[in-house]
Amino acid sequence: MYRYDSYDQAMVEARVAEFRDQARRRLEGKLTEDQFKPLRLMNGLYLQLHAYMLRVAIPYGTLSSRQMEMLADIAEKYDRGYGHFTTRQNIQFNWIRLEDAADILADLATVEMHAIQTSGNCIRNISSDHFAGAAADEVVDPRPYAELMRQWSSFHPEFSYLPRKFKIAVIASAKDRAAMRLHDIGVRIVKNDAGEVGAQFYVGGGMGRTPMIAPLIRDFVPIDQFITYAEAALRVYNRYGRRDNKYKARIKILVHELGAAEYSRQVEEEFAHLLRVGVEPPLAELERIKAHFAPPAFVDGPKTIDRSDPDFALWVDRNTHRHKHDAYVSAVISLKPPGGIPGDASAAQMRLVARLAREYSFDELRVMHTQNLLLPHVRIADLPAVWQALEAAGLGAANMDTIEDIIACPGLDYCSLANARSIPLAQRISERFAQTGRTEQVGELKLKISGCINACGHHHAGHIGILGVDKKGVENYQLSLGGSEGEDVSLAKITGPGFDEDGVIAAVEKVTEVYLAQRAQGERFLDTYRRIGMEPFKEALYG
Amino acid sequence: MKILTGNDLRTGAVIWWTGSGWSLFVDDAVDVGEDAEEILAREEAARRVNVPYVCQASIDAAGHVRPAHIKDRVRALGPTVRRDLAVTTAEKTGWDWVI
Repeated sequence: MYRYDSYDQAMVEARVAEFRDQARRRLEGKLTEDQFKPLRLMNGLYLQLHAYMLRVAIPYGTLSSRQMEMLADIAEKYDRGYGHFTTRQNIQFNWIRLEDAADILADLATVEMHAIQTSGNCIRNISSDHFAGAAADEVVDPRPYAELMRQWSSFHPEFSYLPRKFKIAVIASAKDRAAMRLHDIGVRIVKNDAGEVGAQFYVGGGMGRTPMIAPLIRDFVPIDQFITYAEAALRVYNRYGRRDNKYKARIKILVHELGAAEYSRQVEEEFAHLLRVGVEPPLAELERIKAHFAPPAFVDGPKTIDRSDPDFALWVDRNTHRHKHDAYVSAVISLKPPGGIPGDASAAQMRLVARLAREYSFDELRVMHTQNLLLPHVRIADLPAVWQALEAAGLGAANMDTIEDIIACPGLDYCSLANARSIPLAQRISERFAQTGRTEQVGELKLKISGCINACGHHHAGHIGILGVDKKGVENYQLSLGGSEGEDVSLAKITGPGFDEDGVIAAVEKVTEVYLAQRAQGERFLDTYRRIGMEPFKEALYG
Repeated sequence: MKILTGNDLRTGAVIWWTGSGWSLFVDDAVDVGEDAEEILAREEAARRVNVPYVCQASIDAAGHVRPAHIKDRVRALGPTVRRDLAVTTAEKTGWDWVI
């Protein structure tokens, strides 16, 4: 894992001191809320429905046990005993007091964490493949490249006041496990025919009120120029992105309006200029960072699993992922117990997960954009012990990528932007499918719920998506089908008129019935939808 | 009726204007009539409340204050999915009026 050097630590500590002074002045009345708001947002402190909310950055979703234990401490000491893991691989605390905020940031700094750039019109936390460094199919570990981008984008003076927020994902495999093409910039680290490492750039994707899939802008940037290319891509956006209209200010609108070819041409022009200026960090810095991500000392061991316990066998089948070392797997810790709140973990659960990481996964943890946690490197021989510990703590749900593994934003239960609640739908749907035993029958089905058009719950990318809207003061839900965030990326289409809460749950059941009735051998829900189209589903829903 | 709400500056807690101060309990909210803007300006300047605003409400048959909009009803009691964290009056008044 990356460890802060003296510069990183000094920057974070300086920011804590600065924010402590800003918060003091706000509490003393020397700053108005209008003056203070942009300052607190730069430090991840929002004001939500019930209290202040602090969003803490978890770069590319990677955590150590010590860091996870600190998050547990914060949950217990300053919040109400739990935290919420998000679709940006971050964590949010929902019940923060302004008078405690600087102390929390100071505590985070002791474990090399912060909340900088988790809000505002800047480059946000860089996300990545949660299986990075472990996946058998990756070209390289993408995290050193994500870390280099993190360092480049942190406090970048030119990109502190962009037209809108800016989200970057970095992956390094053909399979996309990070919704890469639904980011402002998606970077795929690749090797060319000569075996040289470089970066593909996809620019102008995103969800929100105008979902778009990022087009490929450049298919190979040499790795010793990729920060320069990113700088050029941002610079063109910063220059021409629309600041006059918040809803048209994201880079996807600029790329769409200019056209990918013209945007690309302008980026190439800027890129050529920047190459002459020399903004690229020296390769030695990348090599320094790479040393932090050296593979752990894997040891050989058993490669087979005793499957005599059917519950354990199901968990292994559902929640483990092939590792680059054949005596290991990556193990998904579901934060989606049937009827539970997606992404929520108690302080006790965080501490348990930290202990398991320390004992069984080389002290490493990941936060997945699906709002689950991951032990990236678990010996196959240790899986029974890990599973038993998770089961005992209510973390053993065997439901990765099933209809119970629902992404849901906080919705109207917490969020001041939301129009409708998301979490209760997730709870009822997961509970119903678990109770009826239909989860296994349905197989892979990604259901995603957002409580407003901002789409934090990724409903556009759901095989089944649900969007909560306000219909004359009453919650109403639009159903959509056919989205995907993977390498087969697509945007979901709305089925028709919306439903009330009971109605949308019944509608989800109906569309799964259509799928089960119509699926061909080996088809996922998404495959069947793509083959038969929307009509059979509409017929069942609205007949 | 018009009632005033906002978040406590120091804690962020949802608060309601009682006529003489701020309360955690929506039932303590009073009709401010035409005085809303004046009270908001004064209280915000005094740093007792953050981002205050006026919302519509009514009094139900049992005498409870009921904000008109679902968002304010959720604010009044807390997340519907964590009733263990509810504002304490919730147990007395129940949840059926929130949604």
